[in-house]
Amino acid sequence: MAVEFDGGVVLGADSRTSTGSYVANRVSDKIVPIHDYVWACRSGSASDTQAVVDYVKYYLSGHTAELDRLPRVHTCANLMKSICYENKDHLMAGLICGGWDPYEGGQVYEVPLGGSLVRQKYAIGGSGSTYIYGLVDATFKEGMTKEECKAFVKKSIAHAMSRDGSSGGVIRLEQLNNQELKENVFLEMNYLSLNK
Amino acid sequence: MSSTGAGYDYSCGTFSPDGRIFQVEYAAKAVENSGTAIGIRCSDGVVLAVEKPILSKMLVAGSNRRVFGIDANSGMVITGFTADGRQIVNRARDEARNYRQTYGHQIVPTVLANRLALYVHYFTTHGALRPFGAASIIAAYDQDLKTHSLYMIEPSGNCFKYFGCAAGKGAQAAKTEIEKLLYNSNSSTNNELTCREAVNELARILYTVRDSSKDKPFELEMSWLCLESDWKYTMVPKDLIDAADAAGKGSVVQNSFEETKFESESMEV
Repeated sequence: MAVEFDGGVVLGADSRTSTGSYVANRVSDKIVPIHDYVWACRSGSASDTQAVVDYVKYYLSGHTAELDRLPRVHTCANLMKSICYENKDHLMAGLICGGWDPYEGGQVYEVPLGGSLVRQKYAIGGSGSTYIYGLVDATFKEGMTKEECKAFVKKSIAHAMSRDGSSGGVIRLEQLNNQELKENVFLEMNYLSLNK
Repeated sequence: MSSTGAGYDYSCGTFSPDGRIFQVEYAAKAVENSGTAIGIRCSDGVVLAVEKPILSKMLVAGSNRRVFGIDANSGMVITGFTADGRQIVNRARDEARNYRQTYGHQIVPTVLANRLALYVHYFTTHGALRPFGAASIIAAYDQDLKTHSLYMIEPSGNCFKYFGCAAGKGAQAAKTEIEKLLYNSNSSTNNELTCREAVNELARILYTVRDSSKDKPFELEMSWLCLESDWKYTMVPKDLIDAADAAGKGSVVQNSFEETKFESESMEV
């Protein structure tokens, strides 16, 4: 899941990788850096998404070297889309690209299974996302602050993890904004209580 | 100035004993024999102008353009062998299109200029190929940084970013004129010239630097990329060109006695 706020984005994901009912990895990191201020959330086949992300990293680093300045988030999303679309018959990859660039600020792009590209204010993906469409649509409002976004992401993912068997583990949060150092915020390894 | 190649000038694949590649220098000479092209980076845009000699009365006015658009936000003028120049334009258009397709936004001026320079340079490193006998002057706009730039690529593959540049027959004289224009004020970096002013100035310069007794009559082609054109590379509107042309001619009327029949015929925008 990724949400845009004024000046940056918040990305969040669960940490469960499953093969059938067996949890292969309960602490996986589904949020990956593509570039300094561009990150992606992976969902779908772990191998496919890892391969796609590796390609995008490679292309984007070459592009940035030629460009000699920070790349646009849209460029990264476009590269993701090209790979996912051209290889749609062989891939099962749903990606969310979130980042910040000096030209358009914080942006969130979703590249779902077919390889389309859509810019959104907030995006959700993965198996657990189906259970929280209503929650997310109801909770989101324009002009949220960074803290409100983080709370929004935490709450939504916690609810998805609660209902979806393929989601679980911990919630990882990444926060990107226009500062010298990007801040990585990792939630402590405890389970969120949903009773409140 | 000219020294004999004496066997070291047959191909680009050979250095001379004093470290020169003669073929590249000869290519530059080919450019020097052709109509003058100039470009100026103004405060609110870039203006390019090229003198297109009218080779025959049978030619339709406005044909054999030397002004080319590359993408919506970039374009170039060429001087030298126009056929060679068109090859470079083709490549520029390919580069811009591929960049747009791969990265999803319009090509950035620095990238366009560098890639074209690489391409032009490539032809100076092979024994089997000859260098382009054409110089290109490129105007481009960066959509993200919101800046406009002017580049010139010489047949050697050298590419620099300019405030003002010139190529072709009257290049030396034109450069002097441009320097006078740009450094009128004390501050050399703060160029106060606007595009509209530059249109007239460039036409005047083109008329000034040509030798009207020796040179053929010419057509004036001008293009710009500025605030007024919404940062799209377009031909300067016909009325502005006609006015500039008349003013330019007026400034040298005392020297020119042969009234040519082909002055600045219709410029299709």
